[in-house]
Amino acid sequence: MFQQAPRWAALAAAVFVGSILGACSSAPQPVHFFADGRPQRLSEWHVVYRDGGRLALNERVVPYDLNSPLFSDYAHKLRTVWMPPGVSAKYASVQSFDFPVGTVISKTFYYPRAAGGDAGVLRTYDQSRDFAGQGLDLEHVRLIETRLLVRRQHGWEALPYVWNAEQTDAELARTGDEVPLELVASDGARESFTYVVPNENQCAGCHVVDLKAKSIAPIGLKARHLNRDYGYPTGAENQLELLQKIGYLTGLPPLAEVPRNANWRDRAQPLDARARAYLDVNCAHCHSLTGAADTTGLSFEAVTAADRHLGVCKPPVAAGRGTGDHIFDIVPGHPEDSILPFRMGSREPGVMMPEQGRGTVHVEGLALIRDWIAAMPGQCGA
Amino acid sequence: MRGITVAFACLIAAACGQQGGKSQPRGLTADDAAFQKRLQEQFLDAKPGTVIDIPAGQHALDRVLTLRANGVTIRGVGLDKSILSFKNEISGPEGILVYGSDFTIENLSIEDTKGDGLKINDGENITIRGVRVAWTGGSQTTNGAYGIYPVKSKNILIEDSSSWGASDAGIYVGQSTNVIVRRCHAEQNVAGIEIENTINADVYENVATGNTGGILVFNMPNLSQPGHSTRVFKNKVYQNNVANFAAKGAAVASVPAGAGVVVNSNSKVEIFDNDIADNKTANLIISAYFSTNYYNKPGIDPNYDPYPRAIYVYDNRFSGGGDSPDGLDLKTLKVAMFGLNGHFPDILWDGYRDEKNLVNGQPPAEERICIKNGNSAVLNADGPHKYKNPSTATTQFQCELPKLSPVDLSARS
Repeated sequence: MFQQAPRWAALAAAVFVGSILGACSSAPQPVHFFADGRPQRLSEWHVVYRDGGRLALNERVVPYDLNSPLFSDYAHKLRTVWMPPGVSAKYASVQSFDFPVGTVISKTFYYPRAAGGDAGVLRTYDQSRDFAGQGLDLEHVRLIETRLLVRRQHGWEALPYVWNAEQTDAELARTGDEVPLELVASDGARESFTYVVPNENQCAGCHVVDLKAKSIAPIGLKARHLNRDYGYPTGAENQLELLQKIGYLTGLPPLAEVPRNANWRDRAQPLDARARAYLDVNCAHCHSLTGAADTTGLSFEAVTAADRHLGVCKPPVAAGRGTGDHIFDIVPGHPEDSILPFRMGSREPGVMMPEQGRGTVHVEGLALIRDWIAAMPGQCGA
Repeated sequence: MRGITVAFACLIAAACGQQGGKSQPRGLTADDAAFQKRLQEQFLDAKPGTVIDIPAGQHALDRVLTLRANGVTIRGVGLDKSILSFKNEISGPEGILVYGSDFTIENLSIEDTKGDGLKINDGENITIRGVRVAWTGGSQTTNGAYGIYPVKSKNILIEDSSSWGASDAGIYVGQSTNVIVRRCHAEQNVAGIEIENTINADVYENVATGNTGGILVFNMPNLSQPGHSTRVFKNKVYQNNVANFAAKGAAVASVPAGAGVVVNSNSKVEIFDNDIADNKTANLIISAYFSTNYYNKPGIDPNYDPYPRAIYVYDNRFSGGGDSPDGLDLKTLKVAMFGLNGHFPDILWDGYRDEKNLVNGQPPAEERICIKNGNSAVLNADGPHKYKNPSTATTQFQCELPKLSPVDLSARS
């Protein structure tokens, strides 16, 4: 049966159990790690579970956020990590942490509901009505899918689950799914699109960050993305320090030595840092020296030099019509002549970047990249 | 409350299932959706030795088919019978995307993908046989970029295949090593067949016609390897006169319509025994990266070599062509030198050469452009001086180069 590490027991009692008291209809079973196979239902894992009008997190399931997240059609995301007792991840400064066998990472994609039909969802960054304790308030949000990334003996596996209409459970969707949605903006403007749930191979399209190794890996669980506070029931605390405190992470250096990406939405931070953080998390899983887009000579990693390697005055290689009739990826000072914002502004497969994971244009992200290019010094003279 | 209300409503409303997931993909019939799901599962479950059969029929799909296993064969029953149509594609943008080695695909068609038709990235021992990739609306800028596109791969055989309508290159081999492209057909593309940044390629017995440019051998900057050693022989390259329909900035957007064979910035290229005819700019163009629109200092790797070196042209059968070049510069040049009814000679050279590397006014013997092709003359367009002093020359190209070895794929597993 489930055994809690002593240090965890104290924390769980202090932090998480307290948060779900009172709403709990029945005590959930502990998280079940399936060493192989593909459970048909998300509920079999017991990572998140339906608890009355909430989607609740099980004990030891720790939520986290990223400084700058991947854009996914304005979906809100509830990210969690769980590890079996007695093991922990090893800190790494640049790459994803080295997680032990048994780790289960979940990411639930959901939207705040708009008034009216079920397809209407809010296009908003406001998460203030999303939560009920550490879980989600299903009176206000609609669950779309939950993706699991599971660390098995031979490596990571990706399992996409799609929530049913009743929002009672999510079913395995290895071949993906399509969900018609309508984004409703604060001014009432509506935009229809098809939310595409990736199939397993498309999961790998982003999560195979090293094409030679071919294996998939987490993207968000890196020091620079996680180095920020999270509002736990016990109060706000740095996520990395909490993970270390509860035994999920070892080897964390003093925070002053830990890299930290900017929050792309925080206008108090430098424009360049915000843009680079945005490009890092939205593009660099493919556009790196080892990723699927290593064919292009274009990288958006946090460490990429801010010259032709980042696309400055660089002619495209295999963009085809994705150039939008522009001849360089980035023309300093001229977003209107640059390929990068052109492709971000498209929602047409074959033109748009990223190639998958969105069916709408990220208006605010695009504006950031345009501002960044507009402020960039230099020119592409002969 | 809302969740409970929705759950209750579902009990009494049969239509509720459409509101959640599991909706039928739009634009696909129920049969096609079921076919796509089964096929996706086969791609997901494939392992070494798996053969995925594509039955006869026109199958509509709306999502890329991605393969990540080694040792897989995808096999149709004929390129006119097993047809995968991506006209309604919403997620891709490729048709079939392969990350795997020891891969074979044969006897099927891929139609109307939003992006590339068939892309193979980072594989070894790749066989593409009897595959047709087509954009059925003909030459259009909105077509996908590449038809058949192996990249960063090794030991590649492409045979008896075809590409129609690619808005960049029909059959495009990039950043690869040891390649044979033979008995293929390329038509209605911007570039018919393109070998780019590739080491050791044999391109023979192909037909390239009705493209903007027929067969291209290019080197682009900033990539994983510079290419060299390509043999282009026994091909039929004629009437590639389609107006360039690539988006500006695309790699081939600077290729003038009416280009037969084009060598740009590549080295050790041998062009022989081809029938090259009626390409209205020139049957053969040899040029440097400076003749594209893309050259600029900050954006180009300083180690990139922009010059064509060691180009050997012999025993081709040229006829017609050169009579109506594309672009104002070349048109003006043609009329000025050869009159309204005249034509360029068979070979057009842009005139760029590595001035720092001349010996007695000529490139070193092993780096020269050598022409041994009957009476074929070369027009030096004098690109470096904005076409001011063009000249027709033959003597400076009278030389020979050592012949390249054939590409040998026999060691493939």
